[in-house]
Amino acid sequence: MTERAPALEMRGITKRFPGTVANDGIDLGVHPGEIRALLGENGAGKTTLVNILYGLVTPDSGEILIDGSAVRIADPADAIARGIGMVHQHFMLVPVLSVVENVILGDEVTRGPFLDLAAAGGRVRALARQLGFEIDPEARVESLSVGQQQRIEILKAIYREARILVLDEPTAVLTPQEALEIFEVLRRLRSEGRSVIFISHKLDEALAIADRITVIRRGKVVGTRLPNETSEAELAELMVGREVSLRVDRGTSRPGDVVLVVEGLHAKNDRGHETLRGVDLDVRAGEIHGIAGVAGNGQDELVGAIVGLRKASAGRITFSGRDVTGASPRELQHAGQAHVPGDRHRFGLVLTFSVADNLVLTNYHDPPFAYGPFELLRGDAAVGRRATALVEEFDVRTPSTDVAVSSLSGGNQQKLVVAREFRPDVKLLVLDQPTRGLDVGSVEFIHRRVVAARDAGMAVLLVSAELDEVLDLSDRVSVMYRGRLVATVPAEEAKRERIGLLMAKGAA
Amino acid sequence: MRARLARLWRPAQLPALAILLALAVAAVIVIASSAFTGLGFQPLLPIVAYTNLFIGAFGSGTGIANTLVAAAPLMLGGLAVGLGFKAGLFNIGVAGQFLAGAFAAAVVGSSLATSSPLVAVPAAFVAGALAGAALAFIPGILKARTGAHEVVTTIMLNNAIALILAWALQELVAAPGFSFPRTGEIGNAALPVLAGRNLHLGIPLAFLAIFAVRWLLERTTLGFEIRATGANPEAARYAGMRPVFLVTLTMCLSGLLAGAAGAVQLLGVIGFYASGISASVGFDSIAVALLGRSDPIGILFAAILFGAFRAGAPLMQITTSVPIEVIDIIQGLIILFLAADLIVRRVFRVRAAKAEIKELETVTRSWSGTPAAH
Repeated sequence: MTERAPALEMRGITKRFPGTVANDGIDLGVHPGEIRALLGENGAGKTTLVNILYGLVTPDSGEILIDGSAVRIADPADAIARGIGMVHQHFMLVPVLSVVENVILGDEVTRGPFLDLAAAGGRVRALARQLGFEIDPEARVESLSVGQQQRIEILKAIYREARILVLDEPTAVLTPQEALEIFEVLRRLRSEGRSVIFISHKLDEALAIADRITVIRRGKVVGTRLPNETSEAELAELMVGREVSLRVDRGTSRPGDVVLVVEGLHAKNDRGHETLRGVDLDVRAGEIHGIAGVAGNGQDELVGAIVGLRKASAGRITFSGRDVTGASPRELQHAGQAHVPGDRHRFGLVLTFSVADNLVLTNYHDPPFAYGPFELLRGDAAVGRRATALVEEFDVRTPSTDVAVSSLSGGNQQKLVVAREFRPDVKLLVLDQPTRGLDVGSVEFIHRRVVAARDAGMAVLLVSAELDEVLDLSDRVSVMYRGRLVATVPAEEAKRERIGLLMAKGAA
Repeated sequence: MRARLARLWRPAQLPALAILLALAVAAVIVIASSAFTGLGFQPLLPIVAYTNLFIGAFGSGTGIANTLVAAAPLMLGGLAVGLGFKAGLFNIGVAGQFLAGAFAAAVVGSSLATSSPLVAVPAAFVAGALAGAALAFIPGILKARTGAHEVVTTIMLNNAIALILAWALQELVAAPGFSFPRTGEIGNAALPVLAGRNLHLGIPLAFLAIFAVRWLLERTTLGFEIRATGANPEAARYAGMRPVFLVTLTMCLSGLLAGAAGAVQLLGVIGFYASGISASVGFDSIAVALLGRSDPIGILFAAILFGAFRAGAPLMQITTSVPIEVIDIIQGLIILFLAADLIVRRVFRVRAAKAEIKELETVTRSWSGTPAAH
């Protein structure tokens, strides 16, 4: 790294929210032509920091310098004018517009009162070539893959002449191959002298792409490392503040009877398209069967049909030797199913309810949480006792069991769902993205519980878009591609590269 | 102690400030309008008017009785709307269910007019409540089975039931010997007067309903399911609750309360059913539920406030010539300030954290498709 003036310098940035200090005197300097990774747990303050940079949040104190001079960034328009570009985790694209239209949106090329789409198309095409993208500028955005859409976001920022590009967890939605491709793009941007700030909680990615890695914990910078002088273990320890084991020792499984059998299952998505197109699978007691796949290849429909939330349009589901096709969620819960849903806000929690009430959301009607005729009366004392015990056992960080779940951090909310669903009397655990968005400490904790559940004889169906999670935990791995399982292999034969290819292309 | 007071104050804060602001704005209107009447410009008029309003409502035994008599149907109607809100349902049909309840109570009551009150009163009251429930069953089952939006169906049913009742009154149950169609005297079916001139049995019944609904929501698994369905219908489904059953049942319970409101008003105050009996209770109930934030205790206070407005307004008009219609302005302003709570927060510098009126989300969500889309 040459000692040039930093393109961006943030000094002593402090931001307090009621009850917490999100950023506590953060200093950060990024040079031109540098890729800087920002690592940190959920709630460490990474997103607050870049939101301050992009003018979405006003800091309580601290200053921002661009090319050595102090600036005040009041809103995103200010940030863009100063050469800062942002690629959000959730894309800000208009699906029905073309690539060109999306890129120029808000900064239109006009001739008189009219859009000059031809001229704009030429500029976008030239820019894409310069960045090494292969993109049809006339294509509608909704017809493009997630990876391509992300490139359009980058194109948008570069089109606005961003010299400092911020990417918030850019690989969270990508296949491993797409992630590698986006790294190529970032390297190209670096070679043009631009600065890149790359937010992640994935250690291997930070090591692979960054020139320097800055770790943030509880709003403070706890260290900056060069990738060739550090290790995943050291970074994880910096992030969490204690030693973490990154890989659970899975041990050997002792598969027992087949608990769940799915045969020729078809199902439609919410828009009525058949996105689950003939899946056969089984899960045995004492085994973790992992389903790898890029999000949106029918996993939601598969899980929905198994747990009774979605109607199967064809096929059969057998649970504990009983045909349960079309059974209701309640019937399946009583038969011994538990489900950690992929979207905890949409399905797993009632955010306005208390921690205690959410901890009995799926068994509030069972004694001792309910009593009297028709189990009509609530056993508040029992609910309270259960809540206190589970909060303790699963280390859910909450001021009390009476506060609304919405006030908990995402990681603690997820632990709450896991605590509720990992009941000892369960025969089949259906886990959908059980660690989505969680930091390494919480991931480690949940992974241990999954293995413990398996060792206690539960059958576990694990669906995850995180390939590493599937590979680390599963005793058998299946790959889902366009509504079908394209391969099922034992763990020892599941090589990362091959599974990655199967996820991306459906064949390897 | 202080912590407990703070816990009570937090949910009551915005409604209380909205009332204050509404009274202030109405005062300006009263002063301005005084300049155009024969009285001349009187800057102190609002204070005098509000004092008389208060004295009229609470200044005497009769005043308090009048307040409670006016509040009783509003309590029941407010509970009807509030219970719906808890389940994410906006029952605008309270007006129609109120009429159906009043009609059924009048018909059963007049046919049992000479029976023992021990038979006639419960029979007429229960008939009214059940009529409301039966009417609300229609939008309930339509919503649960087909997704037909309850706002649309209840509004349409309000008109339909008003016309059906007008026909039924004229053709089926009109009592002979009157110059206009009306039901016969209810005689022994009238709610017994417990004290004073008009403090009837419906008032303790309404109080009982407040605590019954509170118990249902807070202490029973059914209430837990209703609240979960309202707060997050998809999580409720995930948890194994039965949305079809819950939506239908909640609508029926809501209609039951609205019908009871109609029965109380008819058996306790009006005494017979005729075209054009006041259905304003139906719409005031929505305001009461919003002001009470769907909480039964909040609804109790909101209903008493609205009842006090009605009971105190005549004295205000007699002594200060400020017209009774000012009450409608105040009520309208209260709802306006609840809906636009940003204004209240600006004026009183209340922090935004958790202060907003959640129930209004049910109202706004009503127009953006089914709650399940969230």
